[in-house]
Amino acid sequence: MKNFIAFIVGLIFAMGLGISGMTQTQVVRGFLDVFGDWNYSLIGVMAGAIFIHSIFFYFIKKKSSPLLDSKFHLPTRKDLDWRLITGAGIFGIGWGWAGICPGPGIVAMASGNMDIIIFIAFMLVGMGLFKLIENKIK
Amino acid sequence: MINAIIGGVLIGLAVSLMLLFNGRVTGISGILGGIIRPQKNDLYWRVFFIGGLLFGGFILQYLRPTAFIQLSSALRVDYMIAGILVGFGTLLGNGCTSGHGVCGISRLSVRSIVATFTFIIFGIISVLIFKLVRGSL
Repeated sequence: MKNFIAFIVGLIFAMGLGISGMTQTQVVRGFLDVFGDWNYSLIGVMAGAIFIHSIFFYFIKKKSSPLLDSKFHLPTRKDLDWRLITGAGIFGIGWGWAGICPGPGIVAMASGNMDIIIFIAFMLVGMGLFKLIENKIK
Repeated sequence: MINAIIGGVLIGLAVSLMLLFNGRVTGISGILGGIIRPQKNDLYWRVFFIGGLLFGGFILQYLRPTAFIQLSSALRVDYMIAGILVGFGTLLGNGCTSGHGVCGISRLSVRSIVATFTFIIFGIISVLIFKLVRGSL
């Protein structure tokens, strides 16, 4: 059942990305191109998603557990460390460079676009590299 | 803009379902990262989630193929370098646009707010440099 929910969540998430235009690199880079021809639709996506999820989060967190698990798996850390900032910075550079982040990249692979498939393949390489050195930078 | 908001609402509903039923944050980089080196009894929901994203992609490709028109002057090598940076950076920084940007900000997590601010700033710088070097996006 958890697997089914995860599948449905992925499906709805993909629809949201597709309808909002986030599966197009020019829309994402257009948002980051604040000194050029600025496209602010990413703000609409973030605002819509955060508005809805904030309300749901407020009510869901009052429950003692989720419907299909014994406990919530939420991050508890509050410290700002160098990994968070450096990681976000490195991600940001890559995000602007190609205009793709993990979600839209996976969804857009379905279009068969070779650039995007290669992006995701190299993203997995980047993730693998991190896993290799993870213990050394803790 | 209305499509952007509708899409955002769908994303908000999707991540809320994940929290309500599975008690999980819908952070796509983290979910993928957990597939690369899976822990016991923690693999299948991740694979099904990614399967749902891909299946959604195929439905979009069928119903709304314009969602995948890409206009970019980026070269193949740009996608390779950017891919590595995104993969490494999201795992080092514990999240991407979905986990930090949507889920984290909705929880008012200071870490996520700082991370989102950081990757947007660096994204803006990256786009700026790309335009300076290549002449166009």
